Parts: sequence; C-alpha cells; structure tokens
Amino acid sequence: MANDKKKLNVVGFLCNWCSYAGADMTGLGRNLYPSNIKIIRIPCTGRMDPMMIIEAFHNGADGVLVSGCHPGDCHYSEGNFYWRRRYPHLKSLLEHFGIDKRRFHASWVSASEGKKFAEVVKKVVAEVKDWQENG
Amino acid sequence: MARIGVFVCHCGTNIAGVVDVARVAKYAESLPGVRASIDYKYMCSDPGQNTVIEAIKKYNLDRIVVSACSPRMHEGTFRKTMERAGLNPYLMEMANIREHVSWVHSDDKELATQKAMKVMEMAVAKVRRSEALSKMYASIEKRALVIGGGIAGIQAAIDIAAAGYKVVLVEKEPSIGGRMAQLDKTFPTLDCSACILTPKMVAVAQDPNITLMTYAEVVEVCGYVGQFDVKIKQKAKSVNSKCIGCGVCITKCPNKKSLSEFNEKLAPRKAIYTPFPQAVPNVPVIDRENCTFFKTGKCKICEKVCPTGAIEYSQQDEIIKEKFGAVVVATGFNIYDHSNYGEYGYGEIKDVITSLQFERLLNSSGPTDGHVVRPSDHKEVKNVVFIQCVGSRDEAKHRPYCSRVCCMYTAKQAMLLKDHYPETQSYVFYIDIRSAGKNYEEFVQRAQNDYGVVYLRGRVSKIFERGEKLIVKGADTLSGAQVEVEADMVVLANGLEPRSHAKELAQLFHMSYDQYGFYNELHPKLAPVETAISGVYVAGCCISPKDIPDTVAQASATAAKVCALFAKEKMEVEPLIAAVNPLTCSGCETCYNVCPYSAIEMEDKEVKRGDVRHVAKVIESVCKGCGACVGSCYCKAVDLKGFSDRQVMNQIEAATQELSTKDKLQSTI
Repeated sequence: MANDKKKLNVVGFLCNWCSYAGADMTGLGRNLYPSNIKIIRIPCTGRMDPMMIIEAFHNGADGVLVSGCHPGDCHYSEGNFYWRRRYPHLKSLLEHFGIDKRRFHASWVSASEGKKFAEVVKKVVAEVKDWQENG
Repeated sequence: MARIGVFVCHCGTNIAGVVDVARVAKYAESLPGVRASIDYKYMCSDPGQNTVIEAIKKYNLDRIVVSACSPRMHEGTFRKTMERAGLNPYLMEMANIREHVSWVHSDDKELATQKAMKVMEMAVAKVRRSEALSKMYASIEKRALVIGGGIAGIQAAIDIAAAGYKVVLVEKEPSIGGRMAQLDKTFPTLDCSACILTPKMVAVAQDPNITLMTYAEVVEVCGYVGQFDVKIKQKAKSVNSKCIGCGVCITKCPNKKSLSEFNEKLAPRKAIYTPFPQAVPNVPVIDRENCTFFKTGKCKICEKVCPTGAIEYSQQDEIIKEKFGAVVVATGFNIYDHSNYGEYGYGEIKDVITSLQFERLLNSSGPTDGHVVRPSDHKEVKNVVFIQCVGSRDEAKHRPYCSRVCCMYTAKQAMLLKDHYPETQSYVFYIDIRSAGKNYEEFVQRAQNDYGVVYLRGRVSKIFERGEKLIVKGADTLSGAQVEVEADMVVLANGLEPRSHAKELAQLFHMSYDQYGFYNELHPKLAPVETAISGVYVAGCCISPKDIPDTVAQASATAAKVCALFAKEKMEVEPLIAAVNPLTCSGCETCYNVCPYSAIEMEDKEVKRGDVRHVAKVIESVCKGCGACVGSCYCKAVDLKGFSDRQVMNQIEAATQELSTKDKLQSTI
C-alpha cells in the first residue's frame, strides 16, 4: 500500500454507527489502505465540535477526515445533517486561516461500505500528500 | 495519578501475525501512568480475562486499555471483566488494532506495529480522562411489533405469543402468507406449501395474544429499545368488520381489469378481492385505484349484494399509534427484475416467464388450475428450458451474490413438471449447482437421474422465436459445444433481492443496509438476527437470500431474543449521555433546539446562592447520547459522558504526536 513514510498524519473522526463500523468492515474484507490515518471514534458526526478539528490541525495533523452515515441514515435521525451544515462553513473558515482545502475532508460511509472506506482513506492521503509535496 | 493497565491481544495470528505485539506492550510501559502491560494470545478467552483480573489486583490498577479487536465486538465482554475485577466498567477503553490495523496494514509489518502502538497510546490517553459512570435502567413495554406477515413474521409472532407476550403483526398486503403462500411445493420434501403454511396462518388469526393488522404499513418510528412509539397506517379496506367472508362481492364485481399480484400477473383479479382463497383474514379489500365506483361514482354492486352490509366506501386511511418494546423486521424478498437481460426477450416473448410465475402455473389453485400451459396460446408444453442465475452471480448486472435457493427450486420445478406431464423434457442451463443442505444434493441427483432432467453447464446467449417454438442458444462448457434447444417455454430462475421499500423502512428504524438493500446484522456470525439498533431484530430474506428452514429458524431466534428482553423487569441502558454544567450555561437554548429526542429542558435554577439563571438540563431517561448538543454548545457547558471533550482532546493530542521514546516514569513489571 502506498504508505507515505514521510510521517504524513491524518486524524479521522468516524461516527460509531456507520463509518466506524464501515472501517471495521474494511478490516473484515482485508481491504488495505495507508496507515497514515489514526481513527477516533465518536458517537455521531453531530457531536463534532469544530474545536476538535482546529485542535487537530493546531497539534500538527496534516489532514483531518470526518466521516458519518449517509444523509437520511443517521442512527440519531439528524445528527449528520448538523455536521453537513457545519462542514462547508468550517472548511472555508479554515481556508481563511491558511489551512489548505486538500487537508480537510468529509465523507459518508455506511456500515457496509468497507471497500469505500479504504478508497476514501487513499484519496484523502493522496490529497494531503499532494499538498505536502506541491504546496 | 492514574494506574493504568494495558493488555495487548494476539488474537491468535490475526493481530500477532502482522503486529509485533510484544513491542506494543513494551511501548505501553513507557507511557505515563501505565503500571502494567501484558500481551496474551486470546485476551477475550477465560484465561485471558483472568489475566486481566489478576493484573488489576496485583498492580492495583484503576483503569485499563485492551488493545485487541473492535469495541463493537468485545467492549461488552471487557466491561464485564472490569465488573468482575471490582472496577467501574466505564474505566476501560479498547484500542482497535485488529480491524483498524493488522487486517488493513498487513503489507507493512513495521508501519502496522507503529500504528498499533499509536492507537494503543491514544486509548491510554483517553482512558486517563475517563470517569466512573453508574448504570442506568429503563422500563420495558412488553409488547412486540412484527413487520411482515410471511413465514418469518408468522413464526416470530407465534413464538413470542406462545411465551405470553402481546404481538402486533403488520402486513402490507390484504392477507398474511407472503411468498411462501405463492409456492406450489417445497424442496426437498415436496411438501405442499399451502398445507404446511395455512395452519400457521390460522394459528396467528386465532391466537388471543396476536393482533393482526393487514393492509397496513409502518409509517413513523420514534423512541428506542423498550419504548418504541410507532405509527401504523391502516389503509382503508372499504370493508368493515361485519364481513363474514362469503365472497359474493368478489363473484359479482364486474371489474376485472387489474392483474392479480398473487398470481404474478398471469390472471386478472377483481377490483374487490382477497389475494387467494385461503387468505387470512378472509376479508376482501377494494382496490380503489381500479374500482369502478371510486373512479366514476357509479356501480356499488358489491354493496348491493353484500348480505351483512359490510361494504363501507367512506372508510378512510387511519393512523394508529402504538407502543412497543421490541420489533421484528421480516419483510422478505422480491424476485430480480430481469428486464436488464435483453437477450432473454423480456417483454417481447410471452412464453419466457419467471420462476414465480411457473410456480403459480404448477399450483392447482393457480390461474390455470395446475395446468402448465404457455401464456401466449394456452397450449400445453413439451420441452421446457430453465435458466439459472438470472440476476445472481452476475457482476455485469450488479448482482454478484448467489441467491441460494434457485438451484434447488429449479430442480424442484423440473421434477414437478415431469410429475404433472411424464412426456415432458426439461433442460437446465446452470453455472454451478449449489445444493448445500440436508437432503439437498440427493434431491438434485434425483432430478438428474430419476427424472431425466438434462443439465447443461453454461450461459444462454439468446432466446428467439421460430414459428411457435422458442430457440434457446447457449454454450455447454463441459463439451465445449454450442447448443441450441427448441423449447415451448423458458423459465428464468430469478435471483432474490430485498423488497422495494426495504430502504425506507430501514431509515425509519435507522437500521443499516448493504448496497442491495439487504439489512445488516449486528454480527454476521455471532449476532445474525440482531441489528445495530437494540430492540430491533431481523429474520428471513430481508437479510440475505435463504430457504424456508433457515428463515423459520431465524424467526424463532428473533422470538427468543424478544422474549429474553421482555423477561427482565428493567433493562440496563448505557450511561453514555450528555450532562450540562449550569455554571457555564448561558441559557441560549441552542441545545434545546438541536436535540433530536427533546431530551433537553430549560429551567430556572439557582446555580449559585442568590443567582438564579435560565439554564439547560438533560432529561437522563430520554437522552440517547448522540452529542448533537455538545457539538453545538457555544460555551462548552454540555459534555458527553464517555466521549467527553477532555477525552477526545487527549486522543487528538496523542494521535498527532510522534511516537514517544520517553523513559518510563516508573518501573512497572
């Protein structure tokens, strides 16, 4: 797997019910992905406090991924809608602060989309790498 | 300072085959607060758990990290271990180094080991900020809802009712019975399907514990295990409870423009109808879209002929609210729509039919009274070709899975045809014969040897008409020859797929489903009838294609789960909920507005002596712990137990730091 050995570090926040379970499914299916991502389990993307993302970048994370249930499938009915609203605002705010948009990603991965999660991680790592190498 | 123990599991070779577990354990020793660090072959096994308990006692640990599989797998196991060791179960964190490390980074053992160390370090960082939480209990409404009146729903309802609990069985069609009622005979015993099903349908109708709601659908679901608030739409039947089921209205109804869904559109049905003569309940409904009276305002023949005055045109759809403690979802399957297979002449050649249509032709109460005749000219058949794997095992049609029952029912249908008409000849095009099951392989062998069914291994490339006959062109890959079979009728063994409304129903309950719409089990092996939503269980073909014995076994399994839940007086619930700090709350009501459960109330509270403020408060019994309030609080006054700001911030800090090579603070083992 195209692991970036140049210490590229992505923090992934995954909701417990869809994306975390989806990432478990990635393991069950033995779909490989780069080891640069470190996963933090949260109950729901609606719990995402923007400060947690800012804190991750502040601490030196190269990239951040937030992944939750597909809109309409949230375990808590509407948590991911709140996140869907926050994400573009936060993204433009972070860009304004100088955080390149290639470093901050959001995705919807369901509990059965193990392969998709591997693809998402590969894409995120590739984009962060692109930012790192090409600025 | 915290006294943390780290337990690293090998999981046989699942983890240890990729990750250097000894190095992970060694690294743990260097982390602040870690007083003991042990690796073991199977941490979840009895000796493994005893190792944990002994270490807790020996090193006087107050919290632990288990580096093993996903918390979704064994969090419960190790929480119980904590209790046995006399510690609070919520002072335990799991580091997922199997699903999230060893299984997905097996290509680079060094990087995998480094990541495992990091993931473990993050869990240590989190557990350092964990707080002891006390258990919470909730009451249980001891009534079950069963959705779907096929054999799975029927069996589940009967079993739950037999334990003495009340059940409401909801079916969207006018009668229960489902797909099994459409079948003629069942493999491998050739039992008549109706003969084994109808007694169960009657048992449902007569059981005092079961309330049957047919022609009804679940439209809204709120609440959670023990307390589901469900709205059920009872569609207007236009026939009231005075009906005695005499059937005069059906006989006299002049409108037969609709096609019978039960007979797979091979025969017309009236606008007032029961799907089939043995329907339960034996009460007809009026199909308002096709009824002459509802379309033109004239007719009313059914009202005139009804001896009991049971016809009620003014009936309206009704929404019924009910409370349930548990739900069984058994919505069954549709057969694959083969319109994708242009080469089989879909919609053009009338005598290419589906397996379910053939089932109706075989059935003595079917549209042809059991005579197998061609739909085009009603002539009896001589040569019949069966094509397997239509919409199964076909990547090109996005149906890569095996539908499991088609090999068996094709063999059955070929045998039944021969029994009906000994002079007929059947040909089966197949990819592989999958006949795993008790007496299944013997059954297929019987079809081949005793019934002379010709099995040709290969796909069919084209079907076309030549005169009255159908020409089926295909390959016999065993002989390597192109074959051409002249047939009177072609039967497609359509694969199984979920009901068309499966996704909408899943979204009502927030259940997860796969790309085809099949519902996901909580665990494919160890929790095959549970879902990620506690209190919601699944059975039958809505999970994956399966045969009748497996479906019935699953249905009984869901009943056992429901009864186990109802046998308790009170139910333990996770205390991972939100809490407000009234001192920092500004009373802005944002959390009050975002909470999906209305679990926040505003109150005027004396937060300090003489300082009464308008602040938020979490209603603990209602909160489900989603954290929407936490994510939206402007002044950080709300926090979520188990996923607190301090815990997550600690994890972020650990995740973003380099692997530390700090010396141990104190010597450990």
